[in-house]
Amino acid sequence: MASSFTNMADTAIEWLTMAFEAPFAQAVVFGVHIGGHLFVEGLLLVVILFLLSQKSYKPPKRPLTKKEIDELCDEWVPESLIPPLSEEKQYEIPVLESAAGPHTVVEGKEVVNFASANYLGLMGHEKILDSCTASLEKYGVGSCSARLCYGTIDVHLDCEARIAKFLGTPDSILYSYGLSTMFSAIPAFSKKGDIIVVDEGVHWGIQNGLYLSRSTIVYFKHNDMESLQNTLEKITQESKRAKRLRRYIVVEAVYQNSGQIAPLDEIIRLKEKYRFRVLLDESNSFGVLGSSGRGLTEHYRVPVSVISAGLLIDSSCGYCSLVLQVDKIDIITAAMGHALATEGGFCTGSERVIEHQRLSSSGYVFSASLPPYLATAAVTAIDILEKSPELIKKLKENVAVLCADVFSSDVEEVSFRDTFSNLGVEALHLIGACWRKRLSDIPGLSVASDPLSPMVYLVLKNSTGSVKSDLQLLEDIADCALKEHGVLVVTSKRSILDKCRLPVGIRLFVSAGHTESDLCKTSKALKKASEAVLSGHN
Amino acid sequence: MIAIPYLTALTTYFSYGLLFAFGQIRDLFRKVLDWCRSNNLQGYAPICLGLEDFYIRRLYLRIQDCFGRPIASAPDAWFDVVERYSNDNNKTLKRTEKKTRCLNLGSYNYLGFAAADEYCTPCAIETLKKFSPSTCSTRVDGGTTTLHNELEECVAKFVGKPAAIVFGMGYVTNSAILPVLIGKGGLIISDSLNHNSIVNGARGSGATIRVFQHNTPSHLEEVLREQIAEGQPRTHRPWKKIIVVVEGIYSMEGELCKLPEIVAICKKYKAYTYLDEAHSIGAVGKSGRGVCELLGVDTADVDIMMGTFTKSFGSCGGYISGSKELIQYLKYTCPAHLYATSISPPAAQQIISSIKVILGEDGSSRGAQKLARIRENSNFFRSELQKMGFEVLGDNDSPVMPIMLYNPAKIPAFSRECLKQNVAVVTVAFPATPLLLARARICISASHTKEDLVKALEVISRVGDLVGIKYFPAEPKKEHQE
Repeated sequence: MASSFTNMADTAIEWLTMAFEAPFAQAVVFGVHIGGHLFVEGLLLVVILFLLSQKSYKPPKRPLTKKEIDELCDEWVPESLIPPLSEEKQYEIPVLESAAGPHTVVEGKEVVNFASANYLGLMGHEKILDSCTASLEKYGVGSCSARLCYGTIDVHLDCEARIAKFLGTPDSILYSYGLSTMFSAIPAFSKKGDIIVVDEGVHWGIQNGLYLSRSTIVYFKHNDMESLQNTLEKITQESKRAKRLRRYIVVEAVYQNSGQIAPLDEIIRLKEKYRFRVLLDESNSFGVLGSSGRGLTEHYRVPVSVISAGLLIDSSCGYCSLVLQVDKIDIITAAMGHALATEGGFCTGSERVIEHQRLSSSGYVFSASLPPYLATAAVTAIDILEKSPELIKKLKENVAVLCADVFSSDVEEVSFRDTFSNLGVEALHLIGACWRKRLSDIPGLSVASDPLSPMVYLVLKNSTGSVKSDLQLLEDIADCALKEHGVLVVTSKRSILDKCRLPVGIRLFVSAGHTESDLCKTSKALKKASEAVLSGHN
Repeated sequence: MIAIPYLTALTTYFSYGLLFAFGQIRDLFRKVLDWCRSNNLQGYAPICLGLEDFYIRRLYLRIQDCFGRPIASAPDAWFDVVERYSNDNNKTLKRTEKKTRCLNLGSYNYLGFAAADEYCTPCAIETLKKFSPSTCSTRVDGGTTTLHNELEECVAKFVGKPAAIVFGMGYVTNSAILPVLIGKGGLIISDSLNHNSIVNGARGSGATIRVFQHNTPSHLEEVLREQIAEGQPRTHRPWKKIIVVVEGIYSMEGELCKLPEIVAICKKYKAYTYLDEAHSIGAVGKSGRGVCELLGVDTADVDIMMGTFTKSFGSCGGYISGSKELIQYLKYTCPAHLYATSISPPAAQQIISSIKVILGEDGSSRGAQKLARIRENSNFFRSELQKMGFEVLGDNDSPVMPIMLYNPAKIPAFSRECLKQNVAVVTVAFPATPLLLARARICISASHTKEDLVKALEVISRVGDLVGIKYFPAEPKKEHQE
């Protein structure tokens, strides 16, 4: 055994020496002496190359078989379409039996209505009803088409021109629904990569528009100008001054969720310092603020757009070559379902802004146009507003009186009109502000809205800690006020999709059509109702 | 699917290429001229970037007069189109006082309720006087009147479901409902040609979106099987729920949805069905109840049925109908119900009156007559157009018929020539349709009489010869042919 092994080893060594001494192993190529070891190295190289060229080991892919997919499909159980309804959501909605004016009928009883945003009291106005009737007889109810497909009726164009003339802007565009105005306008001007700085208390329409635009959203503290300044500072430092990056600030004039008013002069100062554009939502301030109702811009004496004789706006080119200063406010939107007592919304700004929306705004292009009688109602409402600015004054007085709340149950006839009719609007505001402190007479509730806001917002002084129970308490107060005292007030309800975290409260939409006795009755009713509910709770 | 002939595809590409090239040259000149003139934006980025609206500036503005034509009367079978003129090569159009009486083939007026109706309009005016044009508040605040409750009951009964909820605008209905029903972790499978409102609603919901080939149930099944087996992207966890979204009649194709097969597949794989009947409610079906009635699908099988009132009812607004629990849930959570102004009372009254007319509850048989007339009109018009050699899309019984144009130059040619002969048509191009597949869309109404249709056919035939869109060979006329 060992000998055969040694024999094999000998033969192997013999072969090797032969190989080493083979002629080619001792050849001389290009003056380099090739030794036998190079032959072995060459063999090694070949082996290495062969191994490298082999694919690395991967476990083979095994796609699911038909049977396996069938099993998975059978096993899968979806959630139910809607979660089970909990008990707390069973609140009753008041059903009106007549027009939602300053007085309305609920369940057969006449109540004072603070639930409709009928700020100027134009609901049921003779002229509006006449013009709507004429419009219904001429055009029917609906417009039956999108704006680009024979849905543009001449009343729409008239309405757009009227709004633009009223506000002093070059042009405006009409939307068929108030809620869709903001959420169609924002994605038309802001895309992925752009930056939007927005107040954290904006309403759902704006939040949805921001989400759909896919831009970078940065929130700042509600109505806090310092927070806004810090945010703007941070953003300008972080991102380079990219020429193509669009930057916007989105604010509401009067916030739906809290009644605060945005300080426009501060915002414009910041905007010009940091080079941001401003989008302003004037749903609750159009027809209310300013001496002639032109909104927040008139209130702060800011010109919306400056147009001079030598203007050259080239709307055919993509590079804006305006030959004068940039607009103070770039885009103003508003829903017409508040002061103008009609439906729909509009957006106004420079010509470039409006032209762009006519083809890129999805809520305008892909939707049917506003019914013509509502456009006629809007035109008539603006005509009435222009001719009678005393409606705005009356509204402001009503708000001041309601917040003042000096009526006690003994005094019957103290007429504010007589005492203060000679004072200017500014004086009334001062008085109202002083007397707002008196609203602490209502136990448990305090006024959270601005004194100028047409929507008075009452919040609980001591919150229970959870939004649900707060809302439940406020619902009870509102219910009590309606059933026992005949005053219709509403709480601010939140949808599950709403990101706003401001406190919930009771909203009172004051109208110029409310009389003093209405306001007196309301404050008394609220006092009694909140006493009853909150004492029972505590 | 539409199969475009090769030669036409080639010429269409060439035309678009030429327009694109010209547009770029003009942009270049503009850039040069602007560079000379000082740019006074003072550090702000331009509000509309140059690339985004290249199509608008260089292509759309040339033919802007074919779109957005204003009218000065009700959109009935015949209406007045306002003439416009332009001094600066179509960049801005100015209105004149002159009007032309034209035949209306463009408005969605399927049952003829668009103009003042003998039954509906007096009711609407009465409601206007009682409830005034708007309620100025949301449904949960002070915007629900007895009229709104009546409307919802009426709609639920008409559609064939237990309950319904009504909103003031059809577009917002889709955009605000889908985010409430489904969120992150859910899957939405939608038809590839769904309307923009559905796409917006789906995007706003945050769910994953998958698309299946237009009206192909077998592809839907494939997608469903694949998605259920794979689960959520990256984590592979099972989906929370799946909603399949289809439309009753597709407004750009005129086709009916293959509803029975799709509902069967959804039931098998436990997905929820969402049917958007914007164009089909009131227009198809024996008693106008929509595509479910026409195709024999039980309404209980479709989970959520949505529709709008703009087309067949001559009003505005949208509705969702489903089970009582679903509607109650929506009433507490849907943002369009909580934050948006409620539907205008005269519009609500118009819907109630028109539903009464359709069902015959107003005491006359006008509803049944209208339904029969629209069916006859659609079928007659479609078969005549096909005989003439036009390429017409859509199924039988559908009142929407697109005629293919393809070439970009034929769009303004067809539109302007028809208008010269007093027929108003709607032409659609990119981006509402794919780039190569531009078309003219005709909407038939129950208020069109036979003479109107015959006149329209004559005019379209003449213009078709002139413009060259008779892509198929015409059927030879039966009499006087050698």
